[in-house]
Amino acid sequence: MQKKLSEFQPNESGSVVAVGGEGRIRRRLFDMGITPGADVVMRKRAPLGDPIEVTLRGYELTLRKTEAECVTVEVK
Amino acid sequence: MKIALIGNPNCGKTTLFNKLTGSTAHVGNWPGVTVEKREGVYRGFKNKGGQKSEKIEIVDLPGIYSLSPYTPEEIVSRNFMIDERPDLVINIVDATNIERNLYLTTQVLEADVPVLIALNMMDEVKRAGDNIDISVLEAGLGVPVVPISALKGDGVDKLMQRAVSMERTREGSTVLLSALGDKIKPALEFYKAAEVSSPLFHAVKLLENDETELGRKGAKELLDSISNGEDLEAAIVDERYKYITAKLAVAKTKGKKHDMTKSDKIDKVLTHRVWALPIFAVILFAIFHVTFSEDFLYIGAWASLGGGLPGVADLGLSEGMQTFVGIFYDGAVFSPGVILFNMFDTLFSTIQEAIGGAITTEWFAGLFADGILGGLFAVLGFLPQILMLFMWFSILEDSGYMARVAFVLDRIFRRFGLSGRSFMPMIMGFGCSVPAMVNTRTLADENERIATIRVIPFFSCGAKLPILTAIAGGICSFFGVGNADLITYGMYALGVCAAVICVLLMRNTTMKGDIPPFIMELPAYHRPQFKNLMLHLWDKTKHFVKKAFTIIFASTVIIWLFSHLNWSWHYLSDEQMNDSILASIGKLIQPLFTPLGFGSQLNQYGWVFAVAALTGLIAKENVIATFGTLGACLIALGANVGGVTSGELLADEEGITSAIAMITATGISIPALISFIAFNMLTIPCFAACATAKAELRKGTFRWTLLFWIVASYVTSAAVYTMGAWWWTSFIWIAVVAVAVALIILNNKGKIKLPRRKGKGGQAA
Repeated sequence: MQKKLSEFQPNESGSVVAVGGEGRIRRRLFDMGITPGADVVMRKRAPLGDPIEVTLRGYELTLRKTEAECVTVEVK
Repeated sequence: MKIALIGNPNCGKTTLFNKLTGSTAHVGNWPGVTVEKREGVYRGFKNKGGQKSEKIEIVDLPGIYSLSPYTPEEIVSRNFMIDERPDLVINIVDATNIERNLYLTTQVLEADVPVLIALNMMDEVKRAGDNIDISVLEAGLGVPVVPISALKGDGVDKLMQRAVSMERTREGSTVLLSALGDKIKPALEFYKAAEVSSPLFHAVKLLENDETELGRKGAKELLDSISNGEDLEAAIVDERYKYITAKLAVAKTKGKKHDMTKSDKIDKVLTHRVWALPIFAVILFAIFHVTFSEDFLYIGAWASLGGGLPGVADLGLSEGMQTFVGIFYDGAVFSPGVILFNMFDTLFSTIQEAIGGAITTEWFAGLFADGILGGLFAVLGFLPQILMLFMWFSILEDSGYMARVAFVLDRIFRRFGLSGRSFMPMIMGFGCSVPAMVNTRTLADENERIATIRVIPFFSCGAKLPILTAIAGGICSFFGVGNADLITYGMYALGVCAAVICVLLMRNTTMKGDIPPFIMELPAYHRPQFKNLMLHLWDKTKHFVKKAFTIIFASTVIIWLFSHLNWSWHYLSDEQMNDSILASIGKLIQPLFTPLGFGSQLNQYGWVFAVAALTGLIAKENVIATFGTLGACLIALGANVGGVTSGELLADEEGITSAIAMITATGISIPALISFIAFNMLTIPCFAACATAKAELRKGTFRWTLLFWIVASYVTSAAVYTMGAWWWTSFIWIAVVAVAVALIILNNKGKIKLPRRKGKGGQAA
């Protein structure tokens, strides 16, 4: 099943399928290692519900839900 | 020989830099760009075998994740590598986070510069039970790899020996060749024909749809013909990571499975759903309490429940002992920050008195002791507290907590068009604007940075507190109304409100644009390094002291001369300030303050408020000091100051007596006094803060920033005064604000067209 990274619940994991978004944001996501094939684990949401924290490629990354919406993930 | 250090943020680059250069590091800004690049000289190899070896310069480039052209850090690093062509680039790779770190490496390799990889934190990898095979990594990347531990210094000598023995030239190579070689080739030919340096680097960047490359003539057409509609940018990123994982699968052997690490446990508490915000509030409160509180741990307040502790004057000590004890205690124990401040203050005033007493020529003693030393010490006196504040925030940053604070608070700040990262510099502003403005370097978005720097002075700093306490105290005891603490807190709140409104206004008018993205690494928690912390603080101290002895020195001399000379260049004593050049300038600009309540409506002595505001431009603590001096001057002139003597004026350190004398002599009203506080809080900050803002802002922005401060403070104070004096004017202000908001909204929606101005409005403040 595929869904947006922004819709993930804590402790859900998956593999990135596609990265969309406007040029600058897309590039930034790529540079931080969010590329097709990368495994991501959703860790938690911030106390106010946004942004979210994910683990990928062995480190922790935080991004807002609006940015996570650009990332399509195949749920494992 | 010139060596550049390049690597991800948090990979140990600065630690290595400090190890290599020792304390020779100096901070320098790049022309036009606000990003810091540091230079130093390698201190190893000295006197080895008696022969003089080549001087090795080390350049520390800003930490980056990629060489894309989107952030100033990336542009600086990229231009340095390609245009300045260092003899060697040392790429520091964090072994614990090797996948993402090598992504930058694959881009660095494409430039025509020799590259050496320093594989940092190998010891931690081994401790976790993993291993990285160096020879496999070297074969995969085609450049030498040296494992080091920058923290302990292991392998650093070996790294440098390797560095000096390396070839000084190298042709760029790419890991993309096997998969995308046919696409890269035509682009490479194009750049080779154009005879640019590092053609391969440019060729790959063009395929990545890089903005700066597309500007070249014929590049866009070439890219279109090569890509044929295919998404090459994604293909290249994908290929880089594929190559890395393929190489890693061979190079890295995973040891035993990891349990939940210590870092995870700490994180569970610090970013807890419920406790995150309260914990943060407590930490913040503790920092300010330890640095600025005059009642440490509230010992004095607790004691006052049971009768209270005696003041230092009531202890029956000898004069010398009283001064000494007064550093630590006066009815309450002082916090460490205040104790440090008092120590410096006592030392400085002793020096000042000794020198002042030793000089017999009156005007020279005045200029040297009161003018120059007084001005310098007023600024230097704040150094311990500024450094202490800086130290706490550095510790929070080093430990990785600051990134979590941004994570927790981002949601709130987004509403105002900022990101969670701008919170820290703003809150630091309550201590001192100077370190706060320097701290904005962590903000990636230029607009966010400008907006943050502009509102930082609104977070009332330590030096503005005396203005608040003196005038609020004066209002309460002279008019017998209100509560001094309440007025003080109210003014702090006013500053924060003004900041919020101004940010909203800027983001909707002159600084429109998307909310900056928030895609940020959350580094693992670790213990801050004492030595690095000290080096960092030493850097800041040098910077600050240098500033104190140049700009502030010059300005205090000028102000002193203006206040002690009349137009025919005759020396005037303190009491004759009424005839000075400064006073006549004060009288000249006094009418400007009429809408604010402290202008022409005051009687003949009203100029003192204008002069006090003027001297506040040098340092805000001058405002109340000027009250004292001018009070003495008014007494000499025979004004009615409510029966106080000049001795009483100068003895009252808090300045409340001076404030009362001013109120009596000028007949100023309460709303005008509040407006005076508001004006001083929001207007152009002190010299040190202005100089910092100028250094941190892009060229040309500083002039607008000055104008912004003037307009914001003027409008706010005028509103405070008129609404306080005539309540019905509130309706006029509300109407004006409503119209301004409506115009801005309509303009932004494209319904109407306002003429485009470049100035920064402050109408809605």
